Amino acid sequence: MMTSAQKASIQKAFKEEMDYDELLNCMRCGFCLPSCPTYIETGHQEKHSPRGRIALMKAVTDGVIEPDDEFAQSLDLCLGCRACEPVCPSGVKYGHLLEGARDILQRNKKQTIRVKMLRKGIFDELFPHQNRMEMATGLIGFYQRSGLSKVARKVGFMNLFPESMATMEKVLPEVPKRSVMKQRPHFFAHEGEKQATVAFFTGCLMDTMFFKTNNATIKLLRKAGCDVVIPENQLCCGALHGHNGELERAKTLAKQNIEAFEAADADYIITNAGGCSAFLIEYDHLLKDEPEWSERARQFVTKLKDISALLVELAFHKTHRLHLPEQTITYQDSCHLRNVMKTFNEPRILLKAIDGARYVEMEGANTCCGSAGDYNIVQPDMAMQILDHKMEKVETTRARTIVTANPGCLLEMKLGVERAHKTGAVRAVHIADLLVEALEEP
Amino acid sequence: MASKRGKKLETLKKQLMDITGTENVDDSTSIRLAYSYDATPNFQSLPDFVVSPRSAEEVAAILKKCSETSTPVYTRGSGTNLCADTCPVQGGIVLLTKHLNRILELDKENLTVTVQPGVITKSIADLVEKEDLFYPPDPSSMKISTIGGNLAENSGGLRGLKYGVTKDYVMALQIALPNGALIRTGGKLTKDVAGYDLTHLFVGSEGTLGVITEATLKLIPKPETQKTILALYQDIEAAGRSVSAIIAHKIIPVTLEFLDQDTIRAVEDFAHIGLPTNVKAILLIVQDGPKEIVARDIHQIAQICREEQAIDVQLAASDEEAEKLATARRSALSALARLKPTTILEDATVPRSKIAPMVRAIADIAMKYQVRMSTFGHAGDGNLHPTCLTDARDHEEMGRVEEAFAEIFEKAIELGGTLTGEHGVGATKAPYLEWKLGKAGVDVMREIKQSIDPSGIMNPGKVFAKETQERMAAAK
Repeated sequence: MMTSAQKASIQKAFKEEMDYDELLNCMRCGFCLPSCPTYIETGHQEKHSPRGRIALMKAVTDGVIEPDDEFAQSLDLCLGCRACEPVCPSGVKYGHLLEGARDILQRNKKQTIRVKMLRKGIFDELFPHQNRMEMATGLIGFYQRSGLSKVARKVGFMNLFPESMATMEKVLPEVPKRSVMKQRPHFFAHEGEKQATVAFFTGCLMDTMFFKTNNATIKLLRKAGCDVVIPENQLCCGALHGHNGELERAKTLAKQNIEAFEAADADYIITNAGGCSAFLIEYDHLLKDEPEWSERARQFVTKLKDISALLVELAFHKTHRLHLPEQTITYQDSCHLRNVMKTFNEPRILLKAIDGARYVEMEGANTCCGSAGDYNIVQPDMAMQILDHKMEKVETTRARTIVTANPGCLLEMKLGVERAHKTGAVRAVHIADLLVEALEEP
Repeated sequence: MASKRGKKLETLKKQLMDITGTENVDDSTSIRLAYSYDATPNFQSLPDFVVSPRSAEEVAAILKKCSETSTPVYTRGSGTNLCADTCPVQGGIVLLTKHLNRILELDKENLTVTVQPGVITKSIADLVEKEDLFYPPDPSSMKISTIGGNLAENSGGLRGLKYGVTKDYVMALQIALPNGALIRTGGKLTKDVAGYDLTHLFVGSEGTLGVITEATLKLIPKPETQKTILALYQDIEAAGRSVSAIIAHKIIPVTLEFLDQDTIRAVEDFAHIGLPTNVKAILLIVQDGPKEIVARDIHQIAQICREEQAIDVQLAASDEEAEKLATARRSALSALARLKPTTILEDATVPRSKIAPMVRAIADIAMKYQVRMSTFGHAGDGNLHPTCLTDARDHEEMGRVEEAFAEIFEKAIELGGTLTGEHGVGATKAPYLEWKLGKAGVDVMREIKQSIDPSGIMNPGKVFAKETQERMAAAK
């Protein structure tokens, strides 16, 4: 329960900090409602819609209502998928409003010591430090390779966790040894005719748990004629911090990344994780109040591209033979890649260019799968409900391969496959891995 | 809170829960706030309860209870209303139709579809079109709005010119009345003169008489084909004249939409579909029907537009392109909203022969009051949407906006038109209703309302104003 002191402090912060013009910009037409997964899944509850959440934020700012736990829950249940933004004719920047509101709530939350330590552990001590990420995921790797995982499953250790996490443990990719991760060079030369120099944003999770996918991405970039630089001092993009109301920490990370990539002096900054890129592309917004950074942030942002967008731009799919054994494939959009980066045609263009594979568009491919960063951990019930509905849609495509463009989505789809008891019959892959597979297939 | 009112509310809450189950009555702050508004700017008021009945019988029982306790009832679908009809201005309960969301029957022999009020309009259209049938009314909000809301407001849409509006497709209703009775009106009948036409009394009654709990809608065969053209103008009035000329040539297109430059720019800014932003006005014209006839009509329409000084006439290359144009047009209102903090839209309507003078009058009035006014709308059926871009925080300007709209209403009526073509009277136009109907006209309506809803619980504060706005010194 919120105390009255907390309520007053939250209300004061809303008055002082929320972007009032942006709140007013919502004219309540309701065009966002059909695009909102939580509005649909809750049986059309207005407080779980973008329009409702904005109205609640405005009411707290205006002093019409006091903030309370239900208000906080309404904001917590939001996936942050931002599907409401492209359909908003008034152009309301919902994501920014949500971020601001969550930041205020987070600062005023009375957390138990345990949660505080956990948050501090994750946000301060783990994600900003790549070597610690490597160690942490290295532990997962040790756990997997040692046979401990089998033992743990047998004795039912994982049953102690929520069902979604227990299943999640089964679908985690095999993590490479830390020594392998450490040995990767920081420069890779292009193959064929040189097209561009790119700096690769490897991502903290992508570069540990999805190390293989990052290697596939490097391979594709080289084949497309790119020199690939991997700036050594890059850090976590800060998305998890930003989405969880830890804006100050996100800003620090942003500045360090901008510096790291300035040194690389590349034509493009490439990512293969929709969730990261959507946060990176708003560095200029994140640092808008810091004049000495805004121009540098703008430079960074204009160079940013998703791997699929660059490959299409360089006509990779026309100059390389892509071939797979006969199978049906479908694509699940990464919400942030689609709604914020506005990259949704390019992955489909690439997939349709693969010989032997039949591309089938999935109904509702543009709606969230329920992963939404750490949403499946903090809101497991809603996340699983959304995921199960998603798997019904996958089923109707009869796809054997579900392609994604973001690690969170990839894990979530793997989890969905496991939950739907389709392991072995259906697989979920990252688009970079599938393209490499299609390149190498005889 | 042991106040008398607090106690009364507690008792009512219990009684409502007895009817609908505890989970369907809510009075938390967030819920009440989330149902305190609709799409009408500057209207917000918190209800005491939000109630979600699961059946027509529960609706009737709720109304009976509310009549007994004189509790206001505001029925709400998706809350896309533009005249504050779903805003609970006097508190009481907001009655949600979200559980009444089933399509009950598609009758392919009688060509009807029977639905509950909470069904989303577009899902009806989609379902029947799969069977090569057609439900023509298509308000801009059809992806969001519920059919119950469309019925209560007698909503129009882009196809009104050729196919009419919601009321033209309603054959039968089930209605819950304030006294707790459930009645059925009409039937799957083309001819039916048994008594007063209650069906059409309730359609468009804006929730002031009862709650529609079921409706049987008329369907027609789906038109074989459809073509879209854009006519571009550098002279707004030339666009207005083209509209009248097309109709005078005895061609009735499905859609004949007008967009002025401000609207074109705002829409293009949102939709990025390549609308020409350097022209003063666009007509978006759609014709449907058998292939040969559509081709002939479109050819003639293009010719008429050119004769009326269209600088260019473009045919949509594909169905997708045509669909994009229609979707873009549907977004006009909300897209305009990006230009200024507050967007106030009205829908004054004139006989279609008077489109050009009305467009001119709107421009003159905007100039006179120094307000920014954009106009778009269903020019073909005389239903214009003059939209004022303003800022609710600027009270002085808001005063001028109000005066400008009053003068627009006055002008529309003078030209033989009406205050509102499709959005409803609600709270926003109630003070002006007498201008259109005269005192005796409003009195008849008041008496009808009194006889059906003697406790005055149904959507109080709407349609009937406490005081009629004083008419402007009969200017001009």
